Amino acid sequence: MPKLKIEDLQRISEEVRHTTVLREGAGRAKVTVHMGTCGISAGARKIVDALLKLIEADHVKDVILTTSGCAGLCSREPMATVELVNEAPVKYVDLTEDKIQRVFKEHVLGGKIVKEYALALGSERTY
Amino acid sequence: MKAYRVNLMVCAGTGCVANHSFEIKKALEGEIKKRGLENEVEVVATGCNGFCAEGPLMVVQPDGIFYGHLTEKDLPHLVEEHLLKGRPVPKLMYVPESGKLPIPKMSDIGFFNKQMLIALRNRGLIDPEKIDEAIGRGAYTALAKVLTTMSPEEVIKVINASGLRGRGGGGFPAGVKWDTCRKAHGEPKYVICNADEGDPGAFMDRSIIEGDPHAVLEGMLIGAYAIGSHNGYIYIRQEYPLARERLVKAIAQARDYGLLGDDILGSGFKFDIKVARGAGAFVCGESTALMASIEGRVGEPRAKYIHTVEHGLWNLPTCLNNVETWATVPVIVNKGADWFTAIGTGDVSQNPWGGSKGTKVFSLTGKIRNTGLVEVPMGISLREIIFDIGGGIPGDKKFKSVQTGGPSGGFLPSELLDLQVDFEQLTEAGSMMGSGGMVVMDEDNCIVDMAKYFLSFTQDESCGKCTPCREGTLRMLETLQRITEGKGEMADIQLLDDLSHFVIDTSLCALGGSAPNPALTSIRYFRDEYISHIVDKKCPARVCRQLNVYTINPDFCMTKGHGCGVCRRECPEKAITGEKGKAHVISQELCKKCGVCVDVCKFDSVAIS
Repeated sequence: MPKLKIEDLQRISEEVRHTTVLREGAGRAKVTVHMGTCGISAGARKIVDALLKLIEADHVKDVILTTSGCAGLCSREPMATVELVNEAPVKYVDLTEDKIQRVFKEHVLGGKIVKEYALALGSERTY
Repeated sequence: MKAYRVNLMVCAGTGCVANHSFEIKKALEGEIKKRGLENEVEVVATGCNGFCAEGPLMVVQPDGIFYGHLTEKDLPHLVEEHLLKGRPVPKLMYVPESGKLPIPKMSDIGFFNKQMLIALRNRGLIDPEKIDEAIGRGAYTALAKVLTTMSPEEVIKVINASGLRGRGGGGFPAGVKWDTCRKAHGEPKYVICNADEGDPGAFMDRSIIEGDPHAVLEGMLIGAYAIGSHNGYIYIRQEYPLARERLVKAIAQARDYGLLGDDILGSGFKFDIKVARGAGAFVCGESTALMASIEGRVGEPRAKYIHTVEHGLWNLPTCLNNVETWATVPVIVNKGADWFTAIGTGDVSQNPWGGSKGTKVFSLTGKIRNTGLVEVPMGISLREIIFDIGGGIPGDKKFKSVQTGGPSGGFLPSELLDLQVDFEQLTEAGSMMGSGGMVVMDEDNCIVDMAKYFLSFTQDESCGKCTPCREGTLRMLETLQRITEGKGEMADIQLLDDLSHFVIDTSLCALGGSAPNPALTSIRYFRDEYISHIVDKKCPARVCRQLNVYTINPDFCMTKGHGCGVCRRECPEKAITGEKGKAHVISQELCKKCGVCVDVCKFDSVAIS
């Protein structure tokens, strides 16, 4: 193993940053794929797979991918919610692998909401 | 680097490992594979999470959901619900008290959210066997800062200004120690990490090493640079196999990366660490005994008027700090002395003994709901630690006392629950910070019996080199034994008090110098209990069996147990008479007060008075 130089510490830190961010639960963006029975049967697993591949391929370090139960709108599954820090969550419906790719590139990475796939801005209130 | 969407942080500290957390980890991995989630979910074995009472446990990240008391049969449901469908499982979550709602998030649990983590900064967040993950959390950045931008004198200045005091028991200012060692004559100089944590019920240092060994290595590297040392030792007890294994691995990884050895990080500085194993003698936690043990001599202390910073290991200048102290150093270097002094009590700007700064790790054990490891800012009250973080006493029992500082610490009564926890206040109250053990006692504990217990430990561990400790603690133990057997006299209290001061004043090392603390404080705060034992011949907590009178409640025995006769059969002295269907009677002449009848009666018919 080559001996480290000081700048290598930063490099290693960068390499494992996705893991670090994941464990600290402190990403810049969070994508929640809804995985109720309805979501899974409509193909939510494929959406998760596609997102994970995108994260890996683009070496994205600060995006957290998570799942949740049924979002209550079973007819529009697969659904995903994108939350950027300090911005309202956006729900996307009727997703496909191609659509989620666009959402990921434009909204998650680019910060621009993909309006034609979005259902609405915001989330229901919870108590 | 492979990206996962979920990390399952399974605790693999010694406590959870004893509760089969490695089996849980394996079963989890199997279940995840069965569900086809192996490319999405990673299972990580971490160091001690701290909440040992809930083990085996894990934390699901990024959601921060805490699951405790896991069993293999919970796992299929857990994996399907939480990992596949994204629905956390309430029945595996932490419930603060029966009848209350479960708390999903770790950060919302009272045990965690009052804590402040400096020494334990990476706990539960990294795999301690992967150096890259530690580096990802900032390990070795303080070393890089020191090597590139600071002179050794500047490092010492920062540590001095931070007011960092030794976490192993003495509370000696680390900066003063480093400075004296740097200026001492003699080469080579040595840096030692004391990982010979011997207090019963204490596991702070073990957990730091098990969870984040690189924090300790980095601290020692910084210390070595400041002092001008190239040789380090970590003295760790043989009873800590997991900690030692992870330490050895961490050292090998650090060497591979050139973080130990020659030309560290290309700076020209060299330092390496050897691991020395201790055989588990309590006295070897004392610095001079520890050094004797490393040298291969009998682990006995020597007089300390010759300081080890000048004449330590092999008679050469040696700087010894404990695990927690070393692990705290990198954070101080990175965040600065001002940041550190903002936490804690007192003022250290003029006098390094003037305050207690930063945080302290405590292990909470005894009669407390949330047994575990906590790190709290100095100056927090005992009440906050025991009741807010520790969750109070189980079974609605009344708090009696807390012993701080290990077997030689004092017993503090409920009147002192609002005492601020720092070096000075604890010492003033007759106890000490020690290494950070905290044993909580409730109304069912007899204070005289507890004093006897701890004294029997220190007496057993006394090395025997100096007479006051060897003989004095033995005489004290005999006196306490007499009192618990009902043979005590009022003069014994004074005798104990006199002996205590004599042993403290004349013993060679801190073992004898502190061993009488439990006896002294129990007399100071719980004199009534001594008087009950001596004058009334009664043990209020009913622990000292020789003082108890065992009788059978005839009503209970008849109506509940129908004279079952179990006690009659089990009594080794044949002191119980009666026949089936009739109430039984204990003969007070024959009774040897062993208490077996209480243990075997299923109907609580045996009364103790």
